[in-house]
Amino acid sequence: MAEKQTTGAAISFAALGKSFEKKGSGQVMALEDVSLDVPAGTITGIIGRSGAGKSTLLRMVNGLEQPTTGSVTVAGHDVGRASAAKLRHIRRDVGMIFQHFNLLSSRTVYGNVALPLEIAGVPSAEIKPRVDDLIARVGLEELSRRYPAELSGGQKQRVGIARALATRPKVLLSDEATSALDPETTQTVLKLLADINRDLGLTILLITHEMAVVRDIASHVAVIDGGRIVEQGTTYDVFADPKHSTTRSFLSGITGVTLPSFIADRLQPERPQGAAQEVIRITFAGRHATDPMLAMLTSELGIAVNILAGAIEEIGPHPFGNLLVSVEAGRGAEARAYLERHELLTEVLGYVG
Amino acid sequence: MSANLINMLLEATLQTLYMVAISGALGTIFGLPIGVYLAVSQRGELLSSPAVNKVLGLVVNATRSVPFIILVVAIIPFTRLIAGTSIGTTAAIVPLTIAAVPFIARLVENAIREVDSGLIEAARAMGATPLQIIRKVLIPEALPGITLGLTLAVVSLIGYSAMVGAVGGEGLGDLGIRYGYQRFMPEVMLAVVVILIVLVQQVQSLGEGLARLVDKRAPRNRGR
Ligand SMILES: Nc1ncnc2c1ncn2[C@@H]1O[C@H](COP(=O)(O)OP(=O)(O)OP(=O)(O)O)[C@@H](O)[C@H]1O
Ligand SMILES: [Mg+2]
Repeated sequence: MAEKQTTGAAISFAALGKSFEKKGSGQVMALEDVSLDVPAGTITGIIGRSGAGKSTLLRMVNGLEQPTTGSVTVAGHDVGRASAAKLRHIRRDVGMIFQHFNLLSSRTVYGNVALPLEIAGVPSAEIKPRVDDLIARVGLEELSRRYPAELSGGQKQRVGIARALATRPKVLLSDEATSALDPETTQTVLKLLADINRDLGLTILLITHEMAVVRDIASHVAVIDGGRIVEQGTTYDVFADPKHSTTRSFLSGITGVTLPSFIADRLQPERPQGAAQEVIRITFAGRHATDPMLAMLTSELGIAVNILAGAIEEIGPHPFGNLLVSVEAGRGAEARAYLERHELLTEVLGYVG
Repeated sequence: MSANLINMLLEATLQTLYMVAISGALGTIFGLPIGVYLAVSQRGELLSSPAVNKVLGLVVNATRSVPFIILVVAIIPFTRLIAGTSIGTTAAIVPLTIAAVPFIARLVENAIREVDSGLIEAARAMGATPLQIIRKVLIPEALPGITLGLTLAVVSLIGYSAMVGAVGGEGLGDLGIRYGYQRFMPEVMLAVVVILIVLVQQVQSLGEGLARLVDKRAPRNRGR
């Protein structure tokens, strides 16, 4: 297998801005004042909705887009201000994989993986062993003489990954690399990326609109909304204590923790007159996650708790859960205070009369 | 049909093949790079150079709008300069080539523009120079389209070559006119037409076969 490689490079975005000329007139601000440090050797996820500026941000890292303001540095090199020749050099240190794979239809699997090496002027005697090695790493030995049209989506992305690793890059960029794949294939491709990160130590910066992808492999995450980074941190911290509404909506998407519609429809922000229930989101994190907290709430304070929805899962080694419950509105504050004392996070979602 | 006539038909066929082959080859040598350049010099493309692109496009269009028979006559002084004479099969290659270059350039341009921009982006991300992108990505990926375009160009050249009798270009078309029409020998006309049909059919199926051979985009049984 390929030699070990433990030289991931750090990426740093500093006060980055990017605007595009709009057809006709005016400008689109695709990115505004983005500052983000991607630590070397991590898998960092950037999540955001369509049009949030994810691809634009990623494409700055290998100079496919130039910043309008601010700077991007990779391993200390200022990408935006590099000369054309220098930029080509930097690009050999930055591999990239794409949603639609972007493989050459005219080349076999072997030929596609060899392309970056030909471009870099690697002597042909060195190309063959390197390419064979890369193809083995992604498990496609049997298919090396096939053309992309003869491969499945997952196999194509494996070719894309092998190709991106050919020049032994320090950084791997992934632009929605699993978005065109089915859930099962997505898992195998994510696993491959995680293995590569572990074995080769390179930095992986991936963008996605699926929180599940972040949960599954990213150690760090940044949430981007309308061209700005609205939240960033370790995946665990962001999942455990999401601050921004965009983050929350992405999270509710994956944990499957949404209110049943018969409650959601009746939910109101203000507490109504008379008897009402307060709807609370409880986030379980760390060692408390498995504690029988709700049972204790009932037995110690005598507050009856209705469980509306919930899920517990793992982020890395940590258990992590989300519960939606309702309690009698008059005792809501008391219940929340009790849970907070036990290091659980609570949030009032509203009231139902 | 006399042995003499058969000999004339054979000779005329060879002359046509000669004119078409040489002008097709020269047309490709000049048309291919021009076509590639037309494609990559557009605004926002690899070697974006809108002004040069525009001028070149105008020249190409102008050449293409001149009816071939007028082109043949109009450039006689130029033909004489290049070929040393303005009549004969070799001289006819000059106008044929001049007609072929812009035609092939446009066909190549279209084939190149069909290439998925994602591939160019992938190659840029690998650190490829524009020239490497042209050689290793654009031309190989456009090859099926280029092959079909060249097939079309050769078929058109067979048609054009029939008109160069006007400058003594000889070949099948010339034979058909002189014997079949002017000397009223319908069997010669018929033979010429049959040979032209067969030629065009052969070129067409050869071209399509080659295009299929280089086209790896759709999976199919390739017998392995
Ligand atoms: N080349 C361009 N010219 C003009 N506007 C652009 C260009 N590229 C991106 N934009 C605009 O910038 C904004 C951000 O686009 P970007 O492609 O980065 O979004 P994204 O987060 O990757 O979205 P998606 O999830 O749909 O891929 C959008 O409003 C888009 O229209
Ligand atoms: Mg995008």
